[in-house]
Formats: sequence, structure tokens, C-alpha cells
Amino acid sequence: MTLLVIAEHDNASLKSATFHTVMAASQISLFADGQVHLLVAGHNAQGAAEAATHIAGIAKVIHADSAAFAHGLAENLAAQVLALAGDYSHIVFAATASGKNVAPRVAALLDVAQISEITRVDALDTFERPIYAGNALATVQSLDRIKVITVRATGFEAAARSGGSALVQPAAAVAGTGGTQFVGRQIARNDRPELTSAKIVVAGGRALGSAEQFSAVMTPLADKLGAAVGASRAAVDAGYAANDWQVGQTGKIVAPQLYIAAGISGAIQHLAGMKDSKVIVAINKDPEAPIFGIADYALEADLFAVVPELAAAL
Amino acid sequence: MKILVPVKRVVDYNVKVRVKSDGSGVDIANVKMSMNPFDEIAIEEAVRLKEKGVASEVVAVSCGAAQCQETLRTAMAIGADRAILVETTEELQPLAVAKLLKALVDKEAPQLVILGKQAIDDDCNQTGQMLAALLGWGQATFASKVEVADGKAVVTREVDGGLETLSLTLPAIVTTDLRLNEPRYVTLPNIMKAKKKVLDRVLPAELGVDVAPRIKTLKVSEPPKRSAGVKVADVATLVDKLRNEAKVI
Repeated sequence: MTLLVIAEHDNASLKSATFHTVMAASQISLFADGQVHLLVAGHNAQGAAEAATHIAGIAKVIHADSAAFAHGLAENLAAQVLALAGDYSHIVFAATASGKNVAPRVAALLDVAQISEITRVDALDTFERPIYAGNALATVQSLDRIKVITVRATGFEAAARSGGSALVQPAAAVAGTGGTQFVGRQIARNDRPELTSAKIVVAGGRALGSAEQFSAVMTPLADKLGAAVGASRAAVDAGYAANDWQVGQTGKIVAPQLYIAAGISGAIQHLAGMKDSKVIVAINKDPEAPIFGIADYALEADLFAVVPELAAAL
Repeated sequence: MKILVPVKRVVDYNVKVRVKSDGSGVDIANVKMSMNPFDEIAIEEAVRLKEKGVASEVVAVSCGAAQCQETLRTAMAIGADRAILVETTEELQPLAVAKLLKALVDKEAPQLVILGKQAIDDDCNQTGQMLAALLGWGQATFASKVEVADGKAVVTREVDGGLETLSLTLPAIVTTDLRLNEPRYVTLPNIMKAKKKVLDRVLPAELGVDVAPRIKTLKVSEPPKRSAGVKVADVATLVDKLRNEAKVI
């Protein structure tokens, strides 16, 4: 039995989600003494392919290279996966924007269901996944001969980045479909850790009042802690924070060692994105804020006073 | 240009659902139901395209039990011209819905299908992408901006590191994200007008689709409970606890 993991990468290196996805696939493979292969489909992606050979638990790296994969277009990636799907029992993607974009196309082309955002593996065909914004956990069993799965990274440890010694097998790249063209990208570059894999996250809500204040108040604290910066939906909708900072049911799912929420009331949909954090600190001047119901440490105070004080005290 | 917009009837986003004590599912008896918020955004976007003169007709579709008619009437009150109910009491999963929608697309020949990116009950985030694959159409998911002109849709998408823009040749699939638009409030006159708009019903069998589920739910359980911890009086106490008690800094 072999499983195929689709790597999340930027051609030069692998993204952290890939390691958690490999771990999930490895756990599945244990149920039938199976092997895990990793597909790196990219453009000049030798760096990512080479890094993949060292991951603990990977038996083979398949490298498909083409300009058609340069921008991660779902139509092209799905066609490539379909061409390789062959005898794989499970095709596993990370539940990232890219994985979520491509995986269902693959599932439909194979005429099978997809199991989205698994958080636990119970058997070859049985998985746990969150529903209703994580207010319920469903244990589901797939009846299809091929399981197409997306993996919630926070549900699994990362596979070790070294220890493996897989070989790279080149695969012929399928041609691009052409109907969809990449026009441009606005990706923020900064030195902060990635939000979904950071050990510490500091997040701000709409109470911050403006983009300038959001930055002025949250940045020093994030800097002191070496933290990633997150935001509530309300803060993003109001333009105080970038869209990719949104933590929540339909945004990023995070589970850091420490999550500090400043001026975030704690709507169900926000909690869905951070309630598995190891330690939660809530700073809010409203004693009724729902977030206090799950915070390990509650500081009922004005964030404009205490967040700078906290940054200074660290 | 015709736009097709599928809409789903789901538990209202404000409801905190409870898991049934026998683990068979979530208790939704007598719970408030509403149109999936992302689908409201989809209908709103389609109606705006009609108001701009880009689209000539907006057709809303829902798949499910008879009560889905309420959701379709809401879609028509927002501005959809007519609606189709694919009526069944079977459990419908995304692959089956995508196949039903494909059959309707083959009949209706829209140039654009706009769907919500995910339903807030099952949180699957699959149907739009599956439909695109079945049709062999391009897809632009998690859209925060859509512009249609000269047979193309230029769509800005919210992705993990920021934003990305794609240009799709029509016909194509778009799925909506939160910031695509803010849906209008439905007015009473429009609710009344919607009652008179056409709502057609069709059965899955008439569309030639086998909707049998492919995933079985074995049980539904509550997530680990998280309860409130302690109040801290000031920053000094907080730092002390984080450092020495929780040991996270």
C-alpha cells in the first residue's frame, strides 16, 4: 500500500505544513505497513525536492518540474496529481490555501469523496475532523477505494526533517490547461515566524481602532516575543490587519505554545482558530468578553495601557 | 450572461451547537437555520454584477429538503431572478452536490457559477472546486474581488501569504471569501416580490445523479473542554506566571 503526499513548498524549500502532513500520512501507513511517497511539483524546484529526500518516513520523492507549476494553479497541479494517482491508496494534502484549492479537484476527477482537515487518524479509512467551527468532532469513515485527504497541521506533530534518505524520481510534467492565467501576487515579506507554525502568537482585535494603532501596539510585543501576529476577522474587515493574519474558522488555524489575544472578544468563529493553543492569555477591558471563558490567564484591562507595559516588561 | 449561484441552508452562524449525548450527531432540532454566510456573499456578488449590466440573469439553486425553499426565497429577495430546488431528503455530500450542479449547469449554461467557499456546518470547502473539475472549467477560490469583462473574470484571492490575482476565461467557477462584499439587508418589498418569482423543483433522479454518500459518520463527539483559568491583576503577575508557572516564555 502506498500513500502520496503533495508537498507544500516554494521551490527552494519545503513549508512547515508539509512535515505535519507527512506525519499524518505516516500514521495512516502504519495500519498496513505502507510506504509514503512525496510529490514535489514546482518550477526549478530542485531545492524543495532535495530537502524532501531527508524527511523521516519518506520512501520516495517524485519531482515534476514545469513552468505550468510556477504559480500553483489548481488546474495544472490537479492534472499532475491525477496523472500520478495510479495505485496510491491515499492522496494527502496539507489543509493550506493551496491544498484546499487543489485537493477537491483531484477528488472529483477520481470520482471519490474528500475528507477535509483531519485532526486524527483512527484507521486506514477512519479519521476525525472538526465540524461546526470545531464545536463538534466527527469520526468519519471513507467508503471510496482512494482516500483524498487534507490534513490540519495543528493536529499532528512535524515529521523529522532529517533521518530519511529517499531517492528522487523525476516525473514527466503534464501540460498546463491554459484557461486560467496568473496575473500577480501581493505577498507580505517579513522576518516574523509563519503564523500557523509560530510558537507564540499575539493577536489583535477591532478594539485597536486603526491600522496605525494595530501596528504601533502589537508590533513591539510581537518583536519582544519573537512572535507571529494574528488578528480577528473584525480587525481584518476593518482594514487594521492583513487578510492573511486572520485567525479563525475560515482563516488560519493555530495552536502555538502561547496565544495572547488583545482586544478580541472571542466569537465562536475566532475561538475555532485558536482554542487548541497550549496557553491562552486574554487582555480585554470587557469582563463579559467570551474569550475569558477559555483564557488560562485573564487580564481585564485596557490593552492600550497594558500591551505596551507587557512589551516593556519582557 | 447568466450566473448560477448555489446556496445552502445551514445552522445560523450565531448558534452554538450541542452534540447529542448519544454521539449520533449535532442537535439541530428547533435551531435557527439561515443561508450559509458565504453563499449570501455569492448571491450579493451575482446581483451586483447584474446591476452593473454584466449579467442578465441570476439563478439560485439549493439541494436538499423542502425547507430549502426558504433559503431560495431569501436569495430571490436579495435579487436572484428565479430559483431551482433539487429536492431530496438524502444526506448530500459535496461530491453529490457538485454532480447535481453539473447537471444543472449543462441545462442552464451559465457563464459563471459563484459559490460560497465553505459551508459553516460541515466546513468542507470542496463543492466549488469539485464542480470546476467535473466541468473542466477554471476556478478562482477564496475571492475577495471579482471583475468580469470581455469574456474573462479577473479575481483577487485571499491566500496564505496575502493576495493573488488570476484571470479566468469564462465560463468559470468562483468561490467567495469574507471580504468579497457585504450583503445587503433584505427589504420587505423585496421579500414580497420574491414570493412571486419562479421556483422550480427537480429530483436528483431526473438529473441522472446518484447522490449516495461516500463518507459515513461513525460518531460525533464534543471537543476537549477548555475552561477559564485565573485572573491576573497586573502585567507583573502575568509575566511571572507565563515565565514560572506556564513556562512559555
